[in-house]
Amino acid sequence: MSVDIATVRRIAGLARIAITEEEAERLSPELGNILDWIEQLGEVDTAGIEPMTAVIANRLRLRDDVVTDGGIRESVLANAPQAEHGFFTVPKVIE
Amino acid sequence: MTDLTDLGIRDIRDGVRAGTFSAREVAEAFTAAVAAAKPLNAFLVETPEHALAAADAADAARAAGEAPKPLAGVPIGMKDLFCTKGVPSTAASHILEGFTPGYESTVSQKLWNAGAGMLGKLNMDQFAMGSSNETSHFGNVVSPWRRADGGNAPLAPGGSSGGSSAAVAARIAPGATGTDTGGSIRQPAAFTGISGIKPTYGRCSRWGVIAFASSLDQAGPMARDVRDCAIMLEAMAGFDPKDATSLDLEVPRWEAGLNASLKGKRVGIPMEYRVDDMPADIDALWQRGIDWLRDAGAEIVEVSLPHTRYALPAYYIIAPAEASSNLARYDGVRYGLRDLPDGANLQEMYARTRAEGFGDEVKRRILIGTYVLSAGFYDAYYSQAQKVRTLIARDFERAWAQCDVLLTPTAPSAAFALGEKAADPLAMYLNDVFTVPSSLAGLPAMSVPGGVDAGGLPLGLQIIGKPLDEQGVLDAALAIEERAGFVARPGRWW
Repeated sequence: MSVDIATVRRIAGLARIAITEEEAERLSPELGNILDWIEQLGEVDTAGIEPMTAVIANRLRLRDDVVTDGGIRESVLANAPQAEHGFFTVPKVIE
Repeated sequence: MTDLTDLGIRDIRDGVRAGTFSAREVAEAFTAAVAAAKPLNAFLVETPEHALAAADAADAARAAGEAPKPLAGVPIGMKDLFCTKGVPSTAASHILEGFTPGYESTVSQKLWNAGAGMLGKLNMDQFAMGSSNETSHFGNVVSPWRRADGGNAPLAPGGSSGGSSAAVAARIAPGATGTDTGGSIRQPAAFTGISGIKPTYGRCSRWGVIAFASSLDQAGPMARDVRDCAIMLEAMAGFDPKDATSLDLEVPRWEAGLNASLKGKRVGIPMEYRVDDMPADIDALWQRGIDWLRDAGAEIVEVSLPHTRYALPAYYIIAPAEASSNLARYDGVRYGLRDLPDGANLQEMYARTRAEGFGDEVKRRILIGTYVLSAGFYDAYYSQAQKVRTLIARDFERAWAQCDVLLTPTAPSAAFALGEKAADPLAMYLNDVFTVPSSLAGLPAMSVPGGVDAGGLPLGLQIIGKPLDEQGVLDAALAIEERAGFVARPGRWW
């Protein structure tokens, strides 16, 4: 399975990772090789087989609908690259 | 007096309880050993103050006549994948450089509650993605082992828990935490001649563990021997309401239950693990392992796990798919790195931050994961892989009708040299061929040293058990340990 450079660019765009022209050229055969190898899964007959959802049988729990956390704004913002007035800040998104 | 750093977890615990030495003496010996082992690059952060404070608390409690905590006086290393309050936690990545959690992971908190102290945060493959430690942003860990060929080629300590394996093998920590997604505890344990167990998925809480592939990630101990692993796992395991996949079960008393007699037990040998290009040393070790377990009283049966060869490709769809989703959180907004060139908009900030902050292997896996989950490919790749995963789990279930545990080699080779496989991602992935199937099925599995190869490097044997049967895994590993008489250790060059 070949992964052309346009596909590499599209996937990198979806993953929000900027890549240079050189990186796209290097990644194209690399990803192609890995996907080629993965292709062998197609040989397995999985008709009537359910996809795995939980490796160990475990019932999902529900807890009481009460507040168990909060009031720690300073701690939440402590690692932010940029925070102002008690909020995370990002470049302007609305003109 | 013996060098305290020669002691494992059990001997330290018992010696502190008996008053043979103080916890303070132990902590001082290990913090000094850590400080003197910089060439290994095993620790990203050293926290001697944490280890010494825990030791002083243990000594004070003993002086006051209080009942000893399970790990009182035992200093350990903490893989940098665990968030530790007030101590930088980076997963060996650039994107989390400087990140200092305001909270403590459940597993590390349990260890501190049990009286353990922290020597520091251990280096690893970036975001636990790698099998050699070469993907760390902070330089690779160097194995304390050297080949007996007179050359000094630096060797891989295995990965991703390579700082953990190197630290325990070099005797600068008596035990360390690891995490295992596709073999990241067992393969580094095998490469460095130590023991390590990945428990059943759900035994150890994932809360506060930086996520790689959530349906596979499990924490576990790495230590010098089987008993030390049992002691440490008891302190790490247990129900946690903060992890939706945590198992609400009592933690068995694995140490007290250890029993190396395998009378009445059946050990399965999966024929599909006999791969074509298996090195002769590993084949021979596997046969010795079979003989040892038979000697311990077990009946040996040949079993078939027909979908084994599809485990690795299924893993390299499922793990990157989950990783691409989990790592979407690193966006330069809430924590970690932000790269915002002048005039850049929000989308450009995301893309630049992630380009700067992730290493090549992490990017490769995010891209693979994004690809297999993208429109039009989801069924062909992801759904198919999850169906194959069902078949792999079913193979194991069927095997359990014939046997109680499985015996296999841990890895298809001894430690390789740093740089040897770094250029070929696929060759690196193939290192996990024996560890990935049990990960996909969520089963407990352990590596225990069995011997050395022609080059004098350690080789490990793997025991895989039924769900929740860590005891059966530990017992079989103990039976091997008692017969293997593995005493090789790396000579100190650092």
